[in-house]
Amino acid sequence: MSILINADTRLICQGFTGQQGTFHSEQALAYGSNLVGGVTPGKGGQRHLDRPVFDSVQQAVDETDANASMIYVPAAFAADAILEAEAAGIGIIVCITEGIPVQDMLKVKAVMQRSSARLIGPNCPGIITPGACKIGIMPGNIHQPGKVGIVSRSGTLTYEAVFQTSRAGLGQSTCIGIGGDPIQGMNFIDCLQLFEQDEQTRGILLVGEIGGNAEENAAAYIKQNVSKPVVAYIAGVTAPAGKRMGHAGAIVSGGLGTADAKFAAFEAAGVSTVHSPADMGKRMAELLKNE
Amino acid sequence: MNLHEYQSKALFSEYAIPVPAGKMLDSLAAAESEIEQGSGPRVLKAQVHSGGRGKAGGVLVSADKQSLLDAARRLLGKRLVTTQSGAQGVPVEKLLLEPACDIERELYFAVLLDRASERIVMMASSAGGMNIEEVARQTPEKIIRIQIDPAAGLQAWQCRKMGFALQLQGDAFKQLHKIMFALLKLYRETDASLIEINPLVVTRDNQLLAVDAKINIDDNALYRHKNIAALRDIHQEDEREAAARVFDLNYITLDGNIGCMVNGAGLAMATMDLVKLHGGQPANFLDVGGGTTAERVAEAFKLILSDDKVEAVLVNIFGGIVRCDLIAQGIIAAVKDIGIHLPVVVRLEGTNARQGLQLLAQSDLDVLTASDLDSAAEQVVKAAGGAA
Repeated sequence: MSILINADTRLICQGFTGQQGTFHSEQALAYGSNLVGGVTPGKGGQRHLDRPVFDSVQQAVDETDANASMIYVPAAFAADAILEAEAAGIGIIVCITEGIPVQDMLKVKAVMQRSSARLIGPNCPGIITPGACKIGIMPGNIHQPGKVGIVSRSGTLTYEAVFQTSRAGLGQSTCIGIGGDPIQGMNFIDCLQLFEQDEQTRGILLVGEIGGNAEENAAAYIKQNVSKPVVAYIAGVTAPAGKRMGHAGAIVSGGLGTADAKFAAFEAAGVSTVHSPADMGKRMAELLKNE
Repeated sequence: MNLHEYQSKALFSEYAIPVPAGKMLDSLAAAESEIEQGSGPRVLKAQVHSGGRGKAGGVLVSADKQSLLDAARRLLGKRLVTTQSGAQGVPVEKLLLEPACDIERELYFAVLLDRASERIVMMASSAGGMNIEEVARQTPEKIIRIQIDPAAGLQAWQCRKMGFALQLQGDAFKQLHKIMFALLKLYRETDASLIEINPLVVTRDNQLLAVDAKINIDDNALYRHKNIAALRDIHQEDEREAAARVFDLNYITLDGNIGCMVNGAGLAMATMDLVKLHGGQPANFLDVGGGTTAERVAEAFKLILSDDKVEAVLVNIFGGIVRCDLIAQGIIAAVKDIGIHLPVVVRLEGTNARQGLQLLAQSDLDVLTASDLDSAAEQVVKAAGGAA
């Protein structure tokens, strides 16, 4: 098995008929994801990409039994889209949108904390279970079904990790980009917990970056709760303090959130770390050579 | 986006948060006439987006008109170099002149986002005027924190807790309550990411006064605050970083000699780190974004080359949705168009990488290609003159 999504996942797209929604829905269909329809308020009743369009997420759920949604609506409307999906009972909500105001996410987070739904993102590449279901903007062709679970705060750096594990012949069980924003849905620990329980996952590759303390928390969690081999890489050793490095959450402030501190936390927790992004796949292969 | 002190204080006034009755001065003539007209002890402050301004000579407290005039002439139109500004400093184009107040005590007060609890927090300390990061490191028990519940909001007991902890009494105790509610309202209504008052002064007659003010606004929310967006002072920002924003590129100037062009923020940081691991020094952080086009590649090249420290350029693109052959065409066009005479190392991976590398190899350009991260970093460090 994989985690969170598989070939049975019934997916809808919010922002379905927009440019981004259309392009990535086509890509998801081409990959074989079970996209059962989409939502664009005001365009209900039409068909798009040979799938039904609904006015609301609730209608889409009622008609298609959808249990996952991918959100490609502009930042100003994205928080609303997440909350609509949650209210309609969607179990896996993947928000790709970048640039959502932090205070909008504070409201979303307050709702998600008492919800059974899981939010992935925002500002993330999405989630993929290779060979089964792709929800997001990642290039499907670099993935291979396999045994490494990947969780990352980044986009293209995740692709790098995927590429290296594919080239090493390991493949991936599921890859999750949790996003680069300061307020987000699932965090490292949520994903680690699921990977630890998943039989298909033999090793876990964690890709972090500067800012916040999610990596430090993950290190403490791994020490107590994860028996599978974990490889960790942290981007941003050379990032200057006080500067936001592209991602809204990637900032070293007050001497906190540095890459060095995060590497140290993982090393203290007995996690195998790589200081070169070129070594992620190699190290994972070494740790899994007896599997 | 950062606001100036005088802009932050204007917002404070709108929300009835007490500030000194100051005047912003944007010319020497205005400064001279204002200093001549007034009397008594006053504070003259350079308006710059940089901490450490006082230590750098950007603040003067004096009752002497001549000293104030001298300071105004010394500061206006010059650049102020602080411990945080970098060697080139920041331009002083505006001054703030305020009456000095009788200080009994100095407090620190801030409203910010706490990422760990994913809530807004208010943070205060009786050690005002000091570098709060130092206080946090050395005497964390001196910092009082209050979390704002997203549903319930700020509560009166939390204001009392803060007031007692800061040992306020009488008027100042009551004022703190009003100020805290006003600050939270301001924080939410302007989509602030940080409000900092350092110091929040308790005057001799037991009144609270925000003697300094710093507000940062969430860039992602500026679309719904046109009036605040208009307050941006691009002269305070790094020239190249401001130019990059026009093209939607994420660019940050660093001190090294190897220019980096990468798609994706995480991979861009990782690329900088890899350059460093191979003994080189990155000259910049540059994320050209997911939807990279030939035009953006060209703009990115121009930006990198406008930094004359740069001796070699590393392009690292992981083609996902973007196709590497299109990126290669963009690189070839950019190199021809703007005439790049520095060594350029290109690493392309992902969608259509082979076609992209082939295009580069067939072109008559002097571009080095690499198929993996390590060799790309090695080559570019060598091209830039070897390990530092």
